[in-house]
Amino acid sequence: MKITQISVFLENRKGRLYEVCSLLGKNKINIRALSIGETDEFGILRIVVDKPEEAVKILKSNGLVANLTDIVALEITDKPGGLAGILKILSENSINIEYMYGFIEKASDNAILVFRFEDTDRAIEILKKNKIKVIGKAEIANL
Amino acid sequence: MIWNKKIECANQRDLKNIQSERLKKTVDYVYKNSEIFKKKIQSKGVTPKDIKSIDDLEKLPFTTKEDLRDSYPFKLFSSPLKKIAEIHVSSGTTGNPTVVGYTKEDIKLWGEVMARALGCAGAKPGDMIQIAYGYGLFTGGLGFHYGSMTMGLTILPCSSGQTKRQLKLMNDFKPKILACTPSYCLYMADEAREIGLDPKKSSWEIGSFGAEPWSESMRVEIEETWDMQATDVYGLSEITGPGVAHECDKKMGLHIFSDVFYPEVINQKTGKAAKNGEDGELVITTLTKQGIPLLRYRTRDIVSITTETCSCGRTSPRISKIKGRTDDMIIVRGINVFPSQIEHVLLNIEGTQPHYQLVVDRKAGELDELEVVVEVEEKIFSDEIKKLRALEEKIKKEMESVLGVFVKVKLVEPKTIERSEGKAKRVIDKRTV
Repeated sequence: MKITQISVFLENRKGRLYEVCSLLGKNKINIRALSIGETDEFGILRIVVDKPEEAVKILKSNGLVANLTDIVALEITDKPGGLAGILKILSENSINIEYMYGFIEKASDNAILVFRFEDTDRAIEILKKNKIKVIGKAEIANL
Repeated sequence: MIWNKKIECANQRDLKNIQSERLKKTVDYVYKNSEIFKKKIQSKGVTPKDIKSIDDLEKLPFTTKEDLRDSYPFKLFSSPLKKIAEIHVSSGTTGNPTVVGYTKEDIKLWGEVMARALGCAGAKPGDMIQIAYGYGLFTGGLGFHYGSMTMGLTILPCSSGQTKRQLKLMNDFKPKILACTPSYCLYMADEAREIGLDPKKSSWEIGSFGAEPWSESMRVEIEETWDMQATDVYGLSEITGPGVAHECDKKMGLHIFSDVFYPEVINQKTGKAAKNGEDGELVITTLTKQGIPLLRYRTRDIVSITTETCSCGRTSPRISKIKGRTDDMIIVRGINVFPSQIEHVLLNIEGTQPHYQLVVDRKAGELDELEVVVEVEEKIFSDEIKKLRALEEKIKKEMESVLGVFVKVKLVEPKTIERSEGKAKRVIDKRTV
């Protein structure tokens, strides 16, 4: 039930994000979710796209450092306390989140958030046990 | 193979006699033929008669890079220009380039010492060599060429660059020996993988690498990447170009061909002989050259030396790998820093390839800053900031413990550090002192 995120190393300089996004756009890769982790000097662009393997190939052949990371996408009720409910379960089970960000599209009235867990397999196990809907690769591709 | 057993395995007494005889002749020769050397020798209160053996070498004056530069282009030559068969020029960072001239005899000597060098590397007549040092005014390509001719190798005079063609010829012709700079050898591995060649399956069994300082860890990386034996060649155009010294397969220092290039290691500040085994500046006297013989030439290369006989059977003294240069050494906050030290640290950090650059800067009224710029490779990349931060911190800590100086580390995207196919540009000094 894991989905694939692409992480790209970017130097913190003018126009760099634009260059990468336009490279993907030119190659008809659609970005579904995006976040940037940043420091003073570099950033890590994290994206979920419709064709991850192809996207990584394109990025690498253009001289970028990119890799694939397993993340988990969850559907969360889009109402007050929706996220808190899930975080409570994760916290009670000592599941650490490295980082998380929101999805651009919605499957239904619910919001989609993606999580990078320290221990992805254990997180999925706990989520399933608690009947939280984990979104699979096929569903993401069909969004 | 040992190319010239009689000389390379001579006993110390015979060797010393040869050196003494040759030194006397050389001093006589330059005294007669070069006004500059005559004045230099006189200024030490010495005449050629005072030089009776190699032990009298210390009575003679040093020759420096500045002497060569000031005598641009031909004033330091001891042969008339008509007798010069070939001229080589090395670019200087400041002022005039360094010009050296070879008589026909000098070229023959160059072929002889390079044949010995190739023998040290493991070559034997009939082997094929791919020479990927630049041909031209730079001594690398032609030096290897003459030595290969002397030994009777089959030569692929590729010169440097055109990497894809180098790789194609290697793949199709199966040369056994590769000669190039160590950084170019690693650069070719990247290219090989890009075109789908497995470096491990290359035909190269032996590499003779030099023209820039490189570390033991870089040797391990080259040997593992290409599955070949990597040995170190030493030389400088002032003395002859490549062929001054070469490692044998024991890799326990470089055999310096002391019957023709007599080595001393001195304390660079006092000019006195360094203690046996101690680091110091390598000083070389050419004992048989005619075009531009040099007395006690200060190479600016830092080495140590041993006179113990090597287990390969050669009796010549051995110099260590070049530990640094007295001139491209950078002084940061009063501490000497050699690029080779940085390289060593980076290679010891798992997965980091040595694509780096040192940037030294000093803002007005502030202390020197040393920044180490490192390219992020796929092996060390992570989607988590904290892991990249930890890597930066690890590099920083290890650098600081080795160098003893405060360091900033900057991670950059691959292939953003300037690469040349010859010598790698490792240091950028932005200070205006």
